[in-house]
Amino acid sequence: MSENFRSTETKFLDKTNRISFKYNGKKYYGYKGDTLASALLSNGVHLIGRSFKYHRPRGIMTCGSEEPNAIVQIGGNGSFTEPNVRATEQEIYEGLEASSQNCWPSVEFDVGGINNFISPVIPAGFYYKTFMWPKKLWYSLYEPAIRLSAGLGKSPTQPDPELYDHKHLHCDVLVVGGGISGIIAASISADNGNNTVLIDDKNSLGGSTVYQNDENFKINDEISSSWLDKKIEELKNKHNLTIKNRTSVAAYHGYNYLLARENFADHKPLDERLNKLRQRLWKIRAKKVILATGAIERPLIFNNNDRPGVMLASSVKKYIDFFGVRCGDKNIIFTNNDTAYETAISLNKKGIEVTVIDIRKNSSSALVKTTQDAGIKIYWNHTIVNTSGYRRIKSIEIMEMSEDGTNVVGKKTSLICDNLSISGGWTPMVHLFTQSGGKLRFRDADQVFLPNTAMSDQISIGSCNGDFELDDIIKNTISECKNFLSASVIDYDLLKVSCPKQNESKIIWLLPNDKPLGKTKPFLDFQNDSTAKDIKLAMREGFKSIEHVKRYTTTGMGTDQGKLANMHALGIISETAGVKMGSLGTTTFRPPYTPLTFGTIVGRNVGTFFDITRKTPMHDWHKDHKAEFENVGQWKRAWYYPKKIESMHQAVQRESKAARESAGILDASTLGKIDIKGTDASEFLNRVYTNAWSKLGIGKCRYGLMLNEDGMVYDDGVTTRLSENHYLMTTTTGGAANVLSKLEDYLQTEWPELDVWLTSVTDHYATASVCGPNSKNILKKLFPNIEFNDENFPHMSFKNAELDGINCRIMRISFTGEHSYEINIESKYGKSLWEKCMDAGKKFNITPYGTETMHLLRAEKGFIIVGQDTDGTMTPSDLQMDWIVSKKKYDFIGKRSLYRSDTMREDRKQLVGLLTDNPSEILEEGAQIVQDEKKQPIEMLGHVTSSYFSPNLNKSIALAVVKNGKNLKGQKLLVPMKDKTINVTVSDFIFFDSKNERLNA
Amino acid sequence: MFIINCPFCGERDQSEFSAGGEAHIVRPKQPTELTDDEWADFLFMRKNIKGIQFERWNHSHGCRKWFNVIRDTSNDKIHAVYKMGEKPPSN
Amino acid sequence: MKNNYSIFSLLKNSLSYHENWKQAWRDPEPKKEYDAVIVGGGGHGLATAFYLAKKHNMKNIAVVEKGWIGGGNTGRNTTIIRSNYLWDASAGLYDHALKLWENLSQEINYNVMFSQRGVMNLAHNLQDVRDLKRRTHANRLNGIDAVWLTAEEVKKFCPIINTSPDIRYPVLGGTLQRRAGTARHDAVAWGYARGADAMGVDIIQNCEVKGIKRNRDTVDGIETNKGFIKTKKIGVVAAGHSSVIANMAGIRLPLESKPLQALVSEPVKPIIDTVIMSNAVHAYVSQSDKGELVIGAGTDAYVSYTQRGSHDIVEGTLKAILELYPIFSRMKMLRQWGGIVDICPDASPIISKTNIKGLYFNCGWGTGGFKATPGSGDLFAHTIANDEPHKLNSAFNLNRFVSGDLVDEHGAAAVAH
Repeated sequence: MSENFRSTETKFLDKTNRISFKYNGKKYYGYKGDTLASALLSNGVHLIGRSFKYHRPRGIMTCGSEEPNAIVQIGGNGSFTEPNVRATEQEIYEGLEASSQNCWPSVEFDVGGINNFISPVIPAGFYYKTFMWPKKLWYSLYEPAIRLSAGLGKSPTQPDPELYDHKHLHCDVLVVGGGISGIIAASISADNGNNTVLIDDKNSLGGSTVYQNDENFKINDEISSSWLDKKIEELKNKHNLTIKNRTSVAAYHGYNYLLARENFADHKPLDERLNKLRQRLWKIRAKKVILATGAIERPLIFNNNDRPGVMLASSVKKYIDFFGVRCGDKNIIFTNNDTAYETAISLNKKGIEVTVIDIRKNSSSALVKTTQDAGIKIYWNHTIVNTSGYRRIKSIEIMEMSEDGTNVVGKKTSLICDNLSISGGWTPMVHLFTQSGGKLRFRDADQVFLPNTAMSDQISIGSCNGDFELDDIIKNTISECKNFLSASVIDYDLLKVSCPKQNESKIIWLLPNDKPLGKTKPFLDFQNDSTAKDIKLAMREGFKSIEHVKRYTTTGMGTDQGKLANMHALGIISETAGVKMGSLGTTTFRPPYTPLTFGTIVGRNVGTFFDITRKTPMHDWHKDHKAEFENVGQWKRAWYYPKKIESMHQAVQRESKAARESAGILDASTLGKIDIKGTDASEFLNRVYTNAWSKLGIGKCRYGLMLNEDGMVYDDGVTTRLSENHYLMTTTTGGAANVLSKLEDYLQTEWPELDVWLTSVTDHYATASVCGPNSKNILKKLFPNIEFNDENFPHMSFKNAELDGINCRIMRISFTGEHSYEINIESKYGKSLWEKCMDAGKKFNITPYGTETMHLLRAEKGFIIVGQDTDGTMTPSDLQMDWIVSKKKYDFIGKRSLYRSDTMREDRKQLVGLLTDNPSEILEEGAQIVQDEKKQPIEMLGHVTSSYFSPNLNKSIALAVVKNGKNLKGQKLLVPMKDKTINVTVSDFIFFDSKNERLNA
Repeated sequence: MFIINCPFCGERDQSEFSAGGEAHIVRPKQPTELTDDEWADFLFMRKNIKGIQFERWNHSHGCRKWFNVIRDTSNDKIHAVYKMGEKPPSN
Repeated sequence: MKNNYSIFSLLKNSLSYHENWKQAWRDPEPKKEYDAVIVGGGGHGLATAFYLAKKHNMKNIAVVEKGWIGGGNTGRNTTIIRSNYLWDASAGLYDHALKLWENLSQEINYNVMFSQRGVMNLAHNLQDVRDLKRRTHANRLNGIDAVWLTAEEVKKFCPIINTSPDIRYPVLGGTLQRRAGTARHDAVAWGYARGADAMGVDIIQNCEVKGIKRNRDTVDGIETNKGFIKTKKIGVVAAGHSSVIANMAGIRLPLESKPLQALVSEPVKPIIDTVIMSNAVHAYVSQSDKGELVIGAGTDAYVSYTQRGSHDIVEGTLKAILELYPIFSRMKMLRQWGGIVDICPDASPIISKTNIKGLYFNCGWGTGGFKATPGSGDLFAHTIANDEPHKLNSAFNLNRFVSGDLVDEHGAAAVAH
C-alpha cells in the first residue's frame, strides 16, 4: 500500500531508509524515524483498537505517552511479544509486527461491539449492583463472563529473550525534559561548571519547538525552530553535559532519587536484539533537579467525541510538521483557546482544507488573525453536539452556544470532515513534582495545578510550571535557573523573543448539548469508556471525593493513568457540585510516569543472580561425589550422598549406620562463627546466654542457649574458650548474621562499658566434623603429635594443632552423641583437610554424611534444632532444658520474660519423644497430635517437629511438642492423618545412649 | 529512599542501613524488679510517632555502628543524627 | 428507602438514564451525641458499624473518617482472602471472616465480587515444607479446607509457575485453600457503608479526630474538626494511625506503622486463575477481573507515615516474581503505591478493650487485615456492644503482651498478604 497521506517533506525522517512493517497481518511502509502511529496515519489507517468496556472503534488520538486508544500488541506471538504498547511511542523497525487488541475476530468487526448497544444498562459501577442472584451463578456464569472480557493485550508466554541492567548515576544537576526550557536549563547548568545530565524520552531533543516553523515565533529574529537547532548542536559539545535520549524518568522519590529507563533496543529489528541489552534502569542521585516535563493538551468533552479521526490539535500539528503526515483531507479544528490556531495555520500552509470551531466569542490573538487572513472559516461561539462515522469520523453537527455558554441555541449545522482536531487548553505535567512530595497550587485563570512547594532541591520550569507562551517560557527559565544554580555565566541574557500573546481560553469542562445528558456519550477516559454521565451518576450516588469518583467510574485507571481524563473529571465534579476546583485537590500521581517493564526494574538479578549462592570450601568435593544439596539460607549444604541406585532413604540409613558403627564425616563449615575478644568477654557471654560462663576453663567448650528478650529460644551453639579473653562462638547456619547483629546491638547500645570485640569469622574457617567409634583413630593418623586420650583431650575441650604445617583448631564436641571431633582450618585448606580425613579414614570406612543424616543422628540423641524443633514460641523449660538456665545469674537476655504468667504455665507445649505403635511407621513432620479425635472441636495438643526411621534402633522415632508433655510419658496419643490415624506413645526424647557412654567410647 | 548521614562514615544511601526502632528505650538495669506490666511496656509498647521521632539506625552494610536519628515520620525528612550515648541535639 | 440493587433495578433505571438512583449513603453533619463512635471509615470500621446496628441494635452511632471512606488500607491492599492460619485462635478468627465473605454480597446487597479462585502458598526449602504441612494438618483438624500439593500438583494447578528444579529456590510443593480468593476492595467499604447508612448510622467523612476526652478512666467523647462529639463508647479502627489516636488517649500500643507497597501491571487477558503466595522468595500475585496482575511487595523496616516505601522493596518483589514467572519479564508496571500498616510483635491483630472504660481498639492487622474485614467488624461490634470480647477474639486482647500469651503467626504472615 502506498503512503497516500505523506504530504510534505520533513527533515526529521530518513527518507533513504524505507521500512516495511506489518499491522494486523498487512504489510505497510514507513521511514526511519516514524512512530507506528505516524506510519499508520501516513497509510491512512486510523482505526487501531477497541475500547475496554463498550468495544467502540478507536483511533490514534495523540502523539505521545498520554495516548489512551492506540495501544497495540507488538512482536506477534513470539518471545519478543509485548502487550499494550502505545503506537504513538513505538518507533518502527524493519519487520515490526503489530496488531490490535481487545477485539475479536478483528478490529473492524468485533463481537464485543455488542456492549455498545447494551451500554444503557451498564453504567459506571453496574457490577456492584447485580450478578448477586442466584448466588451460585456468580461462580458458574457471571464471574467467568466478566473475566472473559478482562485485559487488553496478551501476556507473553515465553521467557524474555533480551537483557536488562541497572546503573547508578550521580550528578550535580539533572534536567528532565529536552524541550526548549530543558535545553536552556541544561546549557546554563553545564556552562556554570555543573556536572549535568539531560534526559528526554524521545529519540531526539527539541520538544515541540523544533518543528515550530511559524513567522509568529522568533528568537533573536530567527524562526524559533532554527534558533533551537543551533542550541541543540551547541549542547553536544559541552564536556560536562550528558544527554540521554529515549530515556524516560519513571519515578521521583525523596532526597532527589530518581529512576529513569533508557531504551536501547525497542527501535531495532529483532535479529539484532537476541540476548542483548534492551533497557537500563538508571538509579540517579542528583544534587539538584530541574523539571521541564512540559504540558499535554486537553481534549474537549462532548457527545461522541471518541471516534477514530478525533485527535488532539497539537498532535495533528506534530504529524504534519514533524512526520509530514496529514491526518485527513477535510480537517475541522475544535478549540477553546488560541494554540489550536497554530495547527490551522500549519495545515493551511500545506494546502490542506481546514475549518475552525471556537467556543469563544472572539479572540484578538495574532494567530487568529493569521488564520483569518489565510481565509480559513471560523465558527465563533459554536460547539459540537454530535459526530458520526463508525470506523472513522465522517461529519459533525454544530450549534451556537447560548449567551452564558451553558446551553445551545438555534439550528444545527452539519459539517463533513475526516479529521477532528480538538483542543481544550493545556495541563502541566506535574506528576514527577508531586511524586517527589511537592505540593500543588491551583491557578484559576486557566484552571491548572502548578508546582508550589517542593520537598527537595528542585525547580520546575517551562510549561510544566504554567508558562505557555514562548517569551514567558524563555524569560522565566533563564531567571529561575540563574537563581537556582547561582549561575554567573549566562549566554541568554540578551535574547529577544517575539511570539503572539494568547487570549484567555474559555473553559467548559462538559460542553452543552441539545439532548439530555442521558442520551449522549461524552467520553472522558477513552480507554476505560467512562463518560461525563458516569461522573454525574457517581456524584448522585454519594461519591463525592475525586478518589471515590475515580474508583467508582474507573476514570484514569487505564494504561495512560488518566493523563487526559483526570482534569476533566475534576472539572465536571466542580461544575456539578458548584465547588471550586482548586479545593477538590487532585488524585495522587503514582509512579511510574509511564509503565515500566518488570525486567527493567529487576535488571540482572534474575536466574543465577537471583540470590547469592554460598558454597563451602569442600563444595566441589561433595559435587564430585554426587551429593544432593539442600538450600539452608543462602548456603548450599550437602544433604545426602546417594550411591548409584540408592534412594534418599537408603542413603541416609547407610550413612547413619556407618557414623555410629565406625566413622562418619560432615561438612560443618556453614555454622556461624563469631570471634569474641576482650577483657569482658566472659561477662558478655554471661549476659547473652542463659547459662554461666565465667568458670569455663581455658581450652574448654560449652553449649549455650540464647533467648530473645521475650524469653523464647533464639539460637544455640558451642562456644570455646580459646584463651583468657578470647572465645569462639558457633551459631546455627541460618542464624549467624542475625546473632551477630543482635550481639553488636546490645554491645554498642546497652552495654558500651564492656570491653568486647566481635568479628564474624564464618567464612574464614572450614570445618570437618569426624564422628564415630573410629574418629579417634582417624585423628591420630592426621595429628600424630597429639595424645587423643580422655585425660589429655577430654570431651568438650579444644586443642591447637598443625596439619602438614597448617594451623588448625580441634574441638572435641559432638552433635551426634558419638565420640567426635570438629577440625577448623583456614578456608582455603578446607578441601585439602577434607580429603586428608577421607584418606586417613579409608580403612575405617569413613562415610561422608549430609544434613539429613546429621538431623537423624541428633534426633536419636534428642538434641534440638533451633528453627525445626522450636518455632519462636518455645522457652528453655518447654524444651526440658531447665538445666541450662542459670538460677544464680542476676540477668541475661530474656530472663525476665520467663517469669510472666503465661511463660510460667506448667501445661505449656513441651518437647517429648513419640514412638509409633507400629515401629516401621514414620510420622510426617508437621503432623498434629490429639488425644480424642471424636470430640469437636478437636483439641490439638501439639505437633511432630522431627521424625525419622532410626537404623540404629531399627524403629521409627519422632520429636514433638505436646501440651503438658512433661507429664505425659507413656500416654497413648493419636496422630490423625488425612486418610488414617496413627497411634503413638509419648516417650523420653532421648532415644539412644541415654547415659552418653559413646561420647567417651 | 533517603540518604543518611552516618556520624562515622558520612552520607550514604539508605540501602546501607538497617532500622532499629524507637530510640532511648533503655533496657532496665534490674529487670527482675519490674512488674509484668512494666516489663511489657519495655518489651512491646512503642510511641510509634507520626512526626518527629527519635530512632536507632545501624550502618549494617558499612561501619556496623549503631547511632540515633531524628526523623519526621510524616515526610521522612531527617533532622539530625548523633552517636549512641550522646544527648540529642537541642532544637 | 434505598433502592434495592439488582438487574431489574438497573433495567428500570436505564429507562430514566440512571438519573433516579438514590445516594448510597448520606452525608450528614455530626450530631452532638452518639451511643458509640467508630473512628476510622475503612472496611473494618464500616463493618463494625454495620454489625453494631444490625446485630446489636445500636443505631444511634457514627463512623468518623478523616478523609474519604475506604481510602486507607481498604483501598490499597491486594485483596487476598484466606483462612489457612496455624493457631486455633487465628483459624477461628479468619475462618469466621471467610464464612461471612461467602454470603457478604447477598447480606449487604452489594456485589463485593468475592472470587473463590483458591490461594496457593509455595514451599521453597525443607523447613517451609515442614511448616506448611504443619499448617495444613492443623487447618484440616480445624475444619479449614487446606491441602498439601506436590510440586507437580502445583504446576498442574498453575501451569505458568516455573517449577524447574534448577532455579535458585525450587518449588518443593505448596498448600492450596480452594475457598480462599480475592474480593473487590472498594466494594467492601461502599457496601458496608450503604448497609450501615440504611440502618441509620451516620457516616461522617472529612472528619478528623483531634483528641479523646476522658473523664478519669472513662471516655467522654471525641474532639474533631467538626466539633466535639459526646459518646460513651469509642471504637478505634484506624489501622496505621492507631498509635496516633492511642497517644491522644494517653496510652501506648505494641505497634509500629510501616509502609507496605503494592503494584499492578497493565491489564492483560487472563493468564493466572488463582492467587499464589511465596514467603521464602517473597512474591505473591493474582490477576484482577480487570486483567491487571496484582502484586504485593513487602514492608520497609522503619516507621513511616508517608504512604511511600523504598524502591528496593519493589525491586526485590519483582525479582522474585520473575524467578517464579519468567514469562512476565516484558510485562509492565502500571502503578505502584503504598499504605501504612500497623504491625504487632506477634503478627496477630488486637481486638480488645483497654484500661480506659469505653475505649476499644481494633488494630495491629499488619499486612493482612483485608481478609478479616467482615469477621473483624462482627467481633469488634460484639466487643463494643457487650463490653466483653466474643470467644473468637478473646485471644486477641492487649493483655497478651503482658502475660506472654502471644499468637505468633509469623509463619503465616512473614510476608505481606
